[in-house]
Amino acid sequence: MRKRESAIKIAVDKYGKERKNLLPVLQEVKQAKNYLTRSDISEIAAEMDLSSAHVYGVASFYHFLDLKVRGQNIIWVCKTISCYMKGSNDILLTLEEALKIKVGETTSDGKFSLLQTNCIGWCHKGPAMLINDQPYTDLTPEKVLQIIDEYYKKS
Amino acid sequence: MAKRKLKRVDLIFSKDCSCRDILAAGLQKPREEIIQTLIASGLKGRGGAGFPTGLKWKMAANEKSNKKYVICNADEGEPGTFKDREILDREPLKVLGGMALCAYVTGAREGFVYLRHEYRFLIPKLEKVLDTFHKWMEELNLDFNVKLFIGAGAYVCGEETSLIESMEGKRGEPRNKPPYPTNEGYLGKPTVVNNVETFVYTMMILRIGAEEFKAMGIEGSSGSKLFSVSGDTPKAGIYELELGMTLDEFVKEFGDGDAKAVQVGGASGFCVPRKRFAETHIGYQGGLTGFSLPTGGSMMIFNSSRSMYNVLHNYLEFFEEESCGQCTPCRVGCQQLLKGIEAVKRGEKSQKYLNDLLRLADTMKITAKCGLGQSVGNSFSSIVENFREEMIY
Amino acid sequence: MSEKMINIKIDGKEVSVPDGITLLEAAKIENVKIPTLCFHEDLCIAGNCRVCVVEVEGWRSLPASCATPVMDGMVVYTNSPKVRRARRDILALLVSEHSTQCTTCYRSTNCELQELASEYNIDNEIYINLLKNKSFTVDRSSWAIEKDESKCIRCQRCVRTCAELQKVNALDVIFKGADMKIATFFDTVMSDVVCTNCGQCINRCPTGALTERRYIDEIWEAIGDPNKHVVVQTAPAVRVALGEMLGYEPGVRVTGKMATALKRLGFDSVLDTDFSADLTIIEEGHELLDRLKRKLVDKEDIPLPMMTSCSPGWIKFIEHMYPDYLGNLSTCKSPQQMFGALAKTYYADKKGIDPKNIVSVSVMPCSAKKYEANRLEMNDSGLQDIDYVCTTRELGHMIRQSGMNFKELPNGKFDPFMGESTGAAVIFGATGGVMEAALRTAYEIVTGREVPFDGLNITPVRGMEGIRDAKIKLENVLPEWSFLEGIELRVAVAHGLTNATKIMEDVSIGESPYHFIEIMACPGGCIGGGGQPIPTNEEIRKKRAQAIYTEDEKMKIRKSHENPEVIQLYKEFLGTPLGEVSHHLLHTKYTRRERV
Repeated sequence: MRKRESAIKIAVDKYGKERKNLLPVLQEVKQAKNYLTRSDISEIAAEMDLSSAHVYGVASFYHFLDLKVRGQNIIWVCKTISCYMKGSNDILLTLEEALKIKVGETTSDGKFSLLQTNCIGWCHKGPAMLINDQPYTDLTPEKVLQIIDEYYKKS
Repeated sequence: MAKRKLKRVDLIFSKDCSCRDILAAGLQKPREEIIQTLIASGLKGRGGAGFPTGLKWKMAANEKSNKKYVICNADEGEPGTFKDREILDREPLKVLGGMALCAYVTGAREGFVYLRHEYRFLIPKLEKVLDTFHKWMEELNLDFNVKLFIGAGAYVCGEETSLIESMEGKRGEPRNKPPYPTNEGYLGKPTVVNNVETFVYTMMILRIGAEEFKAMGIEGSSGSKLFSVSGDTPKAGIYELELGMTLDEFVKEFGDGDAKAVQVGGASGFCVPRKRFAETHIGYQGGLTGFSLPTGGSMMIFNSSRSMYNVLHNYLEFFEEESCGQCTPCRVGCQQLLKGIEAVKRGEKSQKYLNDLLRLADTMKITAKCGLGQSVGNSFSSIVENFREEMIY
Repeated sequence: MSEKMINIKIDGKEVSVPDGITLLEAAKIENVKIPTLCFHEDLCIAGNCRVCVVEVEGWRSLPASCATPVMDGMVVYTNSPKVRRARRDILALLVSEHSTQCTTCYRSTNCELQELASEYNIDNEIYINLLKNKSFTVDRSSWAIEKDESKCIRCQRCVRTCAELQKVNALDVIFKGADMKIATFFDTVMSDVVCTNCGQCINRCPTGALTERRYIDEIWEAIGDPNKHVVVQTAPAVRVALGEMLGYEPGVRVTGKMATALKRLGFDSVLDTDFSADLTIIEEGHELLDRLKRKLVDKEDIPLPMMTSCSPGWIKFIEHMYPDYLGNLSTCKSPQQMFGALAKTYYADKKGIDPKNIVSVSVMPCSAKKYEANRLEMNDSGLQDIDYVCTTRELGHMIRQSGMNFKELPNGKFDPFMGESTGAAVIFGATGGVMEAALRTAYEIVTGREVPFDGLNITPVRGMEGIRDAKIKLENVLPEWSFLEGIELRVAVAHGLTNATKIMEDVSIGESPYHFIEIMACPGGCIGGGGQPIPTNEEIRKKRAQAIYTEDEKMKIRKSHENPEVIQLYKEFLGTPLGEVSHHLLHTKYTRRERV
């Protein structure tokens, strides 16, 4: 608990208390563990002298300021039509099967969360997905399994 | 007007120019001359809305303010568009160069690249390039500093006032206009927001001159543009093409021989069916015969195996989720259009209900607060009108 | 606004309007009504409901008239077929996400959406009902405010009220797209957030999404119970606004009719919060003088400026936002709670009634009073001092229910024992009133003379300016107050919590030049309270305030310390101001609260 709070203070000190720095602060705190908690939000609000409800309202607006508990790695599979046309559904099914979770869930070992997202800008190389910040393109079920495997090995 | 053939162009990614030289030469010119050059070139914003770039810079230049800002809109979120990522990856200095020109012309000393979250992987590279760029600024004696601002995942932030709101630490909800950003933008100060590609073209126009640029394209749609080609095509990718081509030419070059429709401009653009390929030009609204469709460059090709109901459903799900939710026509309208086509498909509503929905789409086009809500109806109407039977059966 | 005039054409008529105004304002000048929902005179422009769209010649889209400035030569149509069709569609969309159970809605017949939907003949079947597949909650956790998501049309008036007028920010917009809604921090129940219960959001909600928690049934129940002795007190601001619930224009005083109506409703004793307002002035005035003495003579570390404590919205606000300054608050309970503590002690004694059988009801212009009555510490009589609080609106409903013809009622009077009052108590209802009443009394205590203002009207503290201040020099004081000789007493008045924040910013950096500050949570003071008739705007609030001051001038006695029943109360029961009994029954303490 204490460690997390100090991370928030460091982020606020780094960017400054002015309201214009709210997004960078939220991102920095989120980036450290892939999601934001209730206490993160109220702590940030207090540090930046903003209302907690307001900071919550801002955070909840943005897709990647996740307010749900997530795993170490977040997989975002593109759900836009161009990737769908290239078989993103198979990718999703492969991932669900391999990780034994449904979209929106996190593996029991906390390694992966599986989510969908809108166009990530790789339509010519679909299907595509992001794992954390890293894009993966021209996916096939085999390729996906390989990628997941690498992540498992890394950790 | 003479028809233009589809013609490839090599400006944006061309290697035969020194970005620093163009910039150095540009900074020697009087500000007014640069504005006039841009106006004469006919360059319009390449993000999709198509506002004349020279005019925008002029408006910001004319504002009296102790602070002004230049923002590069790299919040590329339109489904089917990926050109800005490619530019930032391959030619980031040209983008920054264009921003520096704008800073010089308008008197801004601070700039931002608003990079969408999905392109975070570019950050390390861009930060390195920024170091180089800032060295140039020192050498060229221009007081201009650029920072990265990373988006957090909201399509609507591509709308310039939403983008500014989000940079100010708020929900990315579009503002009422007027005032426009060139009067009151970021932190209430005059601000130029231009698309990534637009900034590159300002550099290229300085290099080749307004006349050569204007010689390309057609009346009202000068020059060339990057197109992001995807869908049922053997040649998916990025292409720089002269504006003004017909969809017929485009499909002949890029289609798989079985194209039944092209979605021009992404989910917020228009769906053109095969029977109208010949009369549809790609360019900003001009005095053409037939249609001319403005676009941010997304070209999605669908062949006859595709269900246009699925396509529309996908777009509407996207809008229902990405609407900022503040104005009624967009927040509720998107939900109604989506639920509406589902109900017709399931037979819960009669096919006549599609007419009610078309009317609703028209209302959304003229009453929504921002470009997002106003353009939902584009894809809806063009798909429902042209593929009505696919919506029902 | 610039003086320059420009010419535009509205619905075919050439008109000249000031440059810089909006199309909506221009239409209003020309007596053209454009429907609005998210627009509210007290708030900044949102431009999000889009109901006020109009057609402008040469424009592709229909601009929202509330957010579009007039431009020279504009040709505007406010009622073209295109405009009507668009408005109908937009209203139908709003109806499709709204719970249309109007028959059982508290705001029925006073709902802006209902009125417009009816005006535009909206067919509920046009679009698919979006509530069917959505979960939504009705939050009844708060003593004061109910929040029903199914009736919300997301106009964000409440959000703007909470942020701009009150700087509380308990409510904000969360999520986006189809999920966008108005909520508290992480959708926490209303009872557990910074909400001050001021109810200003209720007053500005166009529908029944935000309402006060009602106690009408409980009150009827008590009235109907032969074993209960039901006393009712009514706050000063109620009598100048109740009329609006019953067919009168704003600003009409209905004190006499209200007294009659309350008796006919069946209350056993109809009393007046004004009585305890006078009592508050005595206690609070002495507290101020006592603080000054301890500071100046005894050199004690006494917190100054002293701040008023009558407004429970303000109290909860300071508890959340500035808990380090609770010591600056007067320890006096609000008039409602002083009344409550006395009703079940002094009054019960006098009447020979077992306090257990007394049900104490108060009619307040306020929603925060509902919360105040339920604060754990408010039971100094040994029982809950106030049992039920109803708003001016609820009383209006009860009177309508009863079938009385209010307008035809004869004027009645309040009952004795705690029914007598003065003009000083009446003006409690308007911003600056407590200050004025306190000065009338305190000045006289110190100098033995009346305040040096024409007709006792201390005009510098009156009005609608957000923060006002005044100075009164204390000269030729009575011997016992010699330490105050020559001192210039500096006072300030603020209303609306945004203005309170400005005051507190100075206090918190030790730069407040004042001795005594009156703060009311609501714009305009209690006449603009969260329990008052809807709609509200500055014009209506000014009319109610004017009625308050007229009521004051018509009173025989206009200074609190001359209220004969109050004098009698001290003689028979309390002893002296700030005495032991007072301390036990009439004073209270405050609690630090989290800022969530």
